[in-house]
Amino acid sequence: MATRLTRRVIGAAMTGATYSAALLAILPLAAILVMLVMKGAGSLDWNFFTRSSVPLGETGGGFAHAIAGTLMMVGLACLIGIPIGIGIGIFLAEFGGGALGTLVRFVADVFNGTPSIVLGIFAWTWLVKPMGRFSALAGGFALAVILVPIVARTTEEMVRLVPNSLREAALALGYPRWRTSLQIVTRTAGTGIVTGCLVAMSRVAGETAPLLFTALGNQFFSLRILEPMAALPLQVYSYAIGPYDEWNRQAWAGALVLILLVLVLGLGARLATRGHQRQA
Amino acid sequence: MRMTSSLGLLAAAAAFAAAPLAAQSEIRITGAGATFPYPIYSKWVLEYTKTRPNIEINYQSIGSGGGIRQFIDRTVDFGATDGPMTDSQITAIGGNVLHIPTVLGAVAPVYNLPGLTQQLRFTPDILAGIFLGQITKWNDSRIAAANPGVQLPNTDVVVVHRSDGSGTTFIFTDYLAKVSGDWLRRVGRGTAVNWPVGLGGRGNEGVATTVRRTPGAVGYVELVYALQNRIPYGLVRNRAGQFVNATLQSTTAAAAAAVADLAADTDFRISITDTEGAEAYPIASFTWILLPKQGTDLARTRALLEFLWWATHDAQRFATALGYAPLPARVVQLIETRLKSVTVAGRPVLPAAYAPGGTRR
Amino acid sequence: MRVTGEGRWKALRTVSRGDVVYRAVLTGLALLLPLLLLTLAAELVTNAWPAIRRFGFGFFATSVWDPVAGRFGALPLIFGTLYSSLVAMAIAVPLALGVAIFLTEFAPRWLRRPVATLVELLAAIPSVIYGLWGIFVLLPLLRDTLWPVVRPALVWLPIFRGTFYGPSVLAGGIILAIMVLPYIAAVSREVLLAVPAAQREAALALGATRWEAVWTVVLPYGRTGIIGAVILGLGRALGETMAVTMVIGNRHEISASLVEPGYTIAAAIANEFAEAVSALHLSALFYAGLVLFVVTVAVNVIARLLIWRVARGSAAGSAAI
Repeated sequence: MATRLTRRVIGAAMTGATYSAALLAILPLAAILVMLVMKGAGSLDWNFFTRSSVPLGETGGGFAHAIAGTLMMVGLACLIGIPIGIGIGIFLAEFGGGALGTLVRFVADVFNGTPSIVLGIFAWTWLVKPMGRFSALAGGFALAVILVPIVARTTEEMVRLVPNSLREAALALGYPRWRTSLQIVTRTAGTGIVTGCLVAMSRVAGETAPLLFTALGNQFFSLRILEPMAALPLQVYSYAIGPYDEWNRQAWAGALVLILLVLVLGLGARLATRGHQRQA
Repeated sequence: MRMTSSLGLLAAAAAFAAAPLAAQSEIRITGAGATFPYPIYSKWVLEYTKTRPNIEINYQSIGSGGGIRQFIDRTVDFGATDGPMTDSQITAIGGNVLHIPTVLGAVAPVYNLPGLTQQLRFTPDILAGIFLGQITKWNDSRIAAANPGVQLPNTDVVVVHRSDGSGTTFIFTDYLAKVSGDWLRRVGRGTAVNWPVGLGGRGNEGVATTVRRTPGAVGYVELVYALQNRIPYGLVRNRAGQFVNATLQSTTAAAAAAVADLAADTDFRISITDTEGAEAYPIASFTWILLPKQGTDLARTRALLEFLWWATHDAQRFATALGYAPLPARVVQLIETRLKSVTVAGRPVLPAAYAPGGTRR
Repeated sequence: MRVTGEGRWKALRTVSRGDVVYRAVLTGLALLLPLLLLTLAAELVTNAWPAIRRFGFGFFATSVWDPVAGRFGALPLIFGTLYSSLVAMAIAVPLALGVAIFLTEFAPRWLRRPVATLVELLAAIPSVIYGLWGIFVLLPLLRDTLWPVVRPALVWLPIFRGTFYGPSVLAGGIILAIMVLPYIAAVSREVLLAVPAAQREAALALGATRWEAVWTVVLPYGRTGIIGAVILGLGRALGETMAVTMVIGNRHEISASLVEPGYTIAAAIANEFAEAVSALHLSALFYAGLVLFVVTVAVNVIARLLIWRVARGSAAGSAAI
């Protein structure tokens, strides 16, 4: 039987260990963010945001095409995925008690856990091969497949949170169930749903693998959805593995812009939640 | 209200997607393939579209294997490869392909040996031995024998090869298969082979990067990548027994013998590795653009043909600055005939008298 | 809506035509998901079929990946996927558990939210940025700073044998560890929070120190859920693509040594898919992708079953995942 002192010492040591664990966990975060700023901030000039790729040996190239491409394809993914995701979320919350609800929830979790590269080759077989071309549409579709389960699950949670008293009041006033659900309940849960969408968008904006065989990439600025399109993560990848200092430098800058985009979307989600909590 | 501000964010994204588009091109051509000629192709696209703002040519350098694949799948308008399509691949698409050579290039054996001041010399045996994993140290007797007086370190040889389907790999393995029976038996030639040893790098860029960052590394890249990254590369002994540097002259010399014998109905799929000639560089090759003999879209096919005409004629002067050798005159003549033979809906796309700006300067 | 006469009957009827349409539309949308999953599975199997028919289960037992000869054996890919994930787990699990315990037991109240947020932030960083950092910071750090120091002590061990060029299973494992840590930590934290306070208090009342209460009572209580969290992290690690392919060396070979390069299924698909010229090569990649898909689905299902048993099915738990 250990002495009281031994037990105290062990206790203190383990407490210290958990402090160290927390520190070690946060260390890479600090390292990455600091590196991004240090190596990337200097390259964020006017050219970077307004020009697209230039051939090797030329200077003054930028990531305009990649930034636009990411915004475009995330936008596409939202157009396709958010209505479907919200619809499924409402279904799960309102009618999801039975077997179908359980199945859909299970499937949503399966999609959440599927590696995005697998979703990428799926989008390739579905949209690239039959259409005979790489396209931003295929890229947007692949991203939408990632988006839908996340939006569905968060929508379900948010709609569930709406108190039943609200529903009953609406029904008592003569609203049919569908109007109760669509107008009253959804509007109340609205901020939460939008939060879920923003979280999903921030996740999807950083995805590279699904775009490798769908959007392919483009040196030119293009907003045509039936043509290949550049994207921030794709461009960062190409430039990171290249041997040219010029490319590497731009990769860091692109990564900085990407993380800022992801963080802004996530921050937006947080601010929306806080506003909602203050209201509720 | 919070919700409207959040919705605002979403609306902004959607609005961007529907925003009026910037100056859009009328004709967009997509091509994909070899990383080997990427520097010259991107230069050509830049120069060509300077005076033709209504044309956009998007070339993705994903490796020759990718170029062939995408071409077969018809997901691109043209493919690009340094390893020509095999007979079975051509049969599989009904023979509907033209190989148009664009430039000549050389594959250089690059290495990373800090402190070494002289240029290393490689014999065919040394290269085969290294890539077969039989030579594992830089101060191996075989390397020392070919490099008398050079202080070779006792470091491990780190082989770097391509991890993606690559025409550069095809050129290099084609060469090794010709000079080493062992290599031919064990590995063979192809755009992607079962490498006995080594690290994989993606694209010419990837191999260049890895060699540059790894002391003791040796790899093979297209010459321009070695030049632009200032990576040292070695001399290679050719069939005539001379140690030759990869230069414009030696690359052109490599093609000379093969070009002289070119038949009028050639499909241009000729290998010029390990050729005769005292000055010939042994690891040289054409690089080809793949396009369909029978196209489907008249406007795009015409634009592509006009671009290729320009590329194989006027634009050859850009090649030398980047370390590629221009096409021999006889080859260009034959290319003209081929380009004029491309049809859409049964009719030739280019008029028979097509000859912008006169013949090749 | 009038509530008189016939209208009154309409109002009392609980199901109106609008309700039927509404429910039908939503059900239709909901059915899209299982339909999509079936399509996904069907496409994978269909495209993998030529390789399945040609290689069968031998695909998992052979190591030769030879596109020229048309022979494809995925054993190095499977080995690399498992090995790198194992390394990641070995590093991430203790750390993640430490973080979770820190956040639920030992951290001062004012510190909990900030630290939790920072750990969550790790999950928000895109894979490609981890890869970028891995190439330019981690690899040189490992190869030039750390390895020369620890090499004399470790190189005699089989798992550290060989020359360290940088790209390696070790680098892949470390990056993966950083990437899965937030997931394991977040879910473990939920699990630990779900342990009834009474359990903790009982242990403390019996004279245990804070640590002993955690070790002897809280952790065992939440054991199932924590195992679920770990398996969830494993599922993430198995499927991670970009960061891995940028640091692992991309070599089709099996080696026990951590400092040698390796390859994973996801990385191989990323590198070779757009360029597999032969139909068989492409099919082999689909086959490997199918295997990855099946394994990650199975792992995720097991994880969720374990987690649902203990943690509350809260928004934080599932949304973080």
